[in-house]
Amino acid sequence: MIWAQKELHEFKDHRREARVFGVRAVLALMFVVFMFGLLFARYYKLQVVDYHDYVTRSDRNRIHVRPVPPNRGLIYDSRGELLADNRPTFTLSIVSERSANLEQTLDFIAGLIELSDSDRDSFKKRLRQKRRPFEAVPLRYRLTEEEISRIAVNEFRLEGVEIEAQLMRYYPKGDLFAHTVGYVGRISESELSNFDELTYERYSGTHSIGKVGLEKYYESKLLGSVGSENIETNAHGRVLRTLESVDPVPGEDLQLFLDTHLQQVASDALAGRRGALVAIDVATGGVLAMVSAPTYDPNLFVNGISFKDYRALNDSPDLPLFNRTIQGQYPPGSTIKPVLGLAGLHTQTVNFATRIVDPGYYQLENDERFYRDWKKGGHGRKVDLRQAIVESCDTFFYGMAFRMGVDKIHPFGAMFGLGTRTRIDLPSERPGLWPSREWKQHVRGLHWFPGDSLNISIGQGDVLTTPLQLAVMTATLASRGTHLKPRLVRKVGDRETKREVVDQIEADPAYWDYVISAMEGVVHSPRGTAHRIGRGVDYHMAGKTGTAQVVGIAQDEEYDAEKLDERQWDHALYIGFAPVEAPQIAAAIIVENGEHGSSAAAPIARKLFDAYFEWVAPVKPQK
Amino acid sequence: MKVTQDFVRRLPDSRDHFARQQGLWQRIHIDPILLLLLLMLTCFGLVVLYSASGQSEAMVKRQFVFFSIAYIAMFVVAQLDMQMVRRWSPWLYVFGIILLILVFYIGVGAKGAQRWISLGVVRFQPSEVMKIAVPIVTAAYFSTRSLPPKFREIIVSLFIIVLPAILIFKQPDLGTAILISASGLIVLFLAGLPWRYIIGTLMLIGASVWPMWHWVMKDYQKQRVLTLLDPEADRLGAGWNIIQSKTAIGSGGLQGKGLLNGTQSQLDFLPESHTDFIIAVMAEELGLIGVSILMALYLLVIARGLHIAWTSQNTFNRLLAGSITLTFFVYVFVNIGMVAGMLPVVGVPLPLVSLGGTSIVTLMTGFGVLMAIATEKKKVVV
Repeated sequence: MIWAQKELHEFKDHRREARVFGVRAVLALMFVVFMFGLLFARYYKLQVVDYHDYVTRSDRNRIHVRPVPPNRGLIYDSRGELLADNRPTFTLSIVSERSANLEQTLDFIAGLIELSDSDRDSFKKRLRQKRRPFEAVPLRYRLTEEEISRIAVNEFRLEGVEIEAQLMRYYPKGDLFAHTVGYVGRISESELSNFDELTYERYSGTHSIGKVGLEKYYESKLLGSVGSENIETNAHGRVLRTLESVDPVPGEDLQLFLDTHLQQVASDALAGRRGALVAIDVATGGVLAMVSAPTYDPNLFVNGISFKDYRALNDSPDLPLFNRTIQGQYPPGSTIKPVLGLAGLHTQTVNFATRIVDPGYYQLENDERFYRDWKKGGHGRKVDLRQAIVESCDTFFYGMAFRMGVDKIHPFGAMFGLGTRTRIDLPSERPGLWPSREWKQHVRGLHWFPGDSLNISIGQGDVLTTPLQLAVMTATLASRGTHLKPRLVRKVGDRETKREVVDQIEADPAYWDYVISAMEGVVHSPRGTAHRIGRGVDYHMAGKTGTAQVVGIAQDEEYDAEKLDERQWDHALYIGFAPVEAPQIAAAIIVENGEHGSSAAAPIARKLFDAYFEWVAPVKPQK
Repeated sequence: MKVTQDFVRRLPDSRDHFARQQGLWQRIHIDPILLLLLLMLTCFGLVVLYSASGQSEAMVKRQFVFFSIAYIAMFVVAQLDMQMVRRWSPWLYVFGIILLILVFYIGVGAKGAQRWISLGVVRFQPSEVMKIAVPIVTAAYFSTRSLPPKFREIIVSLFIIVLPAILIFKQPDLGTAILISASGLIVLFLAGLPWRYIIGTLMLIGASVWPMWHWVMKDYQKQRVLTLLDPEADRLGAGWNIIQSKTAIGSGGLQGKGLLNGTQSQLDFLPESHTDFIIAVMAEELGLIGVSILMALYLLVIARGLHIAWTSQNTFNRLLAGSITLTFFVYVFVNIGMVAGMLPVVGVPLPLVSLGGTSIVTLMTGFGVLMAIATEKKKVVV
């Protein structure tokens, strides 16, 4: 050893060494005690002085607030049949951190259930997106029972695979109520960006929002309010337990006036056609049936419609997505004649004794133009208002309108709701058009011509109405002047919606009787334009047919369906109510390009009324 | 002139009348006070480990096995004749250096460092040998010199200390390199290193901070220091550990959240909760009271160690006992300080509490040496 030889060659002063060591050891001990003091001070600072800061931080660390979305309110028909339901659907998700071999797992799953390439691709896309560790990434939505059991049986081989249940909107009646109930869909980016902070909060945890129909109109009622759960997570974000929770408040249920059976009858009657039907409960303004044909399956939209399906619907010339009942604006044709007749009586332009000669056309003074009657050769020499309504004589109305003038016609029609939105509880309603002198001056920059009055008197010219407006007009006629706001929803939660009178039309009861009796004649007199539907009926109804021109017919030409494309054929219309003595149901029907109201539209009303009296409100057989 | 038995005689000792009572402990070479303190620390450690490991009985059992082995090692070492140890110390040192060099050739690694030699079933960390060898050989060196050391002796001792430290630093294992250097430097200090050297060195260190930072330190080492200064700057990376451990400690408060109720540790927020960061678990669950008890136990162990050094009768024993004790303190201080965010994070376990076989065995071997020193027959070498 380099130093071993030196051992004891020098004299060691043991006392001095011990003394030096002693001093150093004491210093070291003092240093140790001092350093322990520092440590203690540090822990004292953390654990006593800053205690509250760290407790907060620790809680924030582990406790996360998770929103619990409320169940969306259900929608029922008037008899309690479900029109919009929430059904559990099952989603297959993978926690990639727990899966040893992701590709292998995916292949294995593909062997068990159907897994398209696009499922795999979008799964991988989602996997790459920013997310917390241990968050489940969805792979396949809407698993069937069979698929769930196949996965369940193989669970032990599927590490990290989870099946989650979620409530998803489901429309059990399929396409039957698509245009009224509407549908929900995923909240879009643009909707999201329009949310204010409060709305954003209300929707946390919720993925869908009402897009059209009642689902959109009653969104705030159906939504409910979001609950929350304080959940404890570990550092990987895995949920360990729920500490406390605030239950969500489910959305309110809606009960409608709509009746599934009536809706079905109306829908069947319109099947294969383009058209619309609206039936209203005269006493309440409640909508009993509302059909826009053709229609579509709202369930397609709930989880995001495929591009192909959407294009098929959107590009269809039959416009299935278009809600004809509130958005279709059609010339009402002769269906507005009862209103005009009432106006004529009310303004004393005509009376019960007024008779005209109908040569089959009408001519204004100093005007070359022939205002033609639909019937060649006219309706005879002694046409009164009743006959004019029953047989739908245009010439009578031309003369009456000319004498009455637009300034009297317009306000009267307006009281029935023509030209303004009915304010029904649906979004995107259109107002139609009920022309006035001011309107023409303002919009067209033209003076009102007497010929314009003639045109509107038979529901042509610039007049446009929605089927719903016609139904409201009919109900107003049926109730002899009580113009009610139409509504689809009878109850929100357990609160009844209110009957709302828009206008009360005050006219001599005799005039009402006269016009209604004339309308009854349309169906029940042998010369009535709709007499064919009056056969074998055990209740009395009132109605009016209409035919609306789609293309203008030149002066020297005649309408000839065979020369025209089917889509240019006239629209067929019909309005009616029953029973005449104490009207309960009023309806308006339009069949696009159906040509004649009497043949295409009126029979649909008959089917509807028959179903109504058989199913909803049986009446005692009339004599 | 060789020291023979003739020149050794019993000194009249004030504690002579305890001799009979202490006879048994003396014969089996166990210091009862130190043993009691160590047992208390061990039990304390096992309880905290049970909680920190997520109530893993397997882990606690493993630790129990380590403790059993470590206590046996301590008992065996306590029987050694310190003079023999002193004579053999150069060979131990050379053996250790060879192992350290071998590590570079046949070593196995983990986490980017090459620190172990595989002996089939067991992996063995040569730097652990040096933890014992460096203080022993340094103490042995000074025991043959007249103290306080002269300049030339200081240079020689520094060489002895720095050689293994450099080898360990290269593995790389900065923490162990520093701790081993510290164990040697403590010997130097206790041997009476003149104050002018101490003050001069401290000033030199102060001046070399800048060049160290720019030329010597690796990026990950700089990162640790930067993280210490501002843990929030790297919240999810290196700062995460410190933030989470401070949160655990702070949220424990005075009384703690109760054993097994620490949310930070039980919910995996705290990294390495059963090894290096175990005191954070304790601080969270047992509060400042628990931490204080643990610190008091450590302080008592250190005080007892220094007392053994103080009362031992020759320079070698004194220096070695003092070095072992103070190195133990350094371990304790670095770990407790690092977890509380006072020091950079270096991989130092909490002595006798953190899970880990080698560290416990090494520490208990050190305490075995202390016991051997404490129970050596009081002799005077003239």
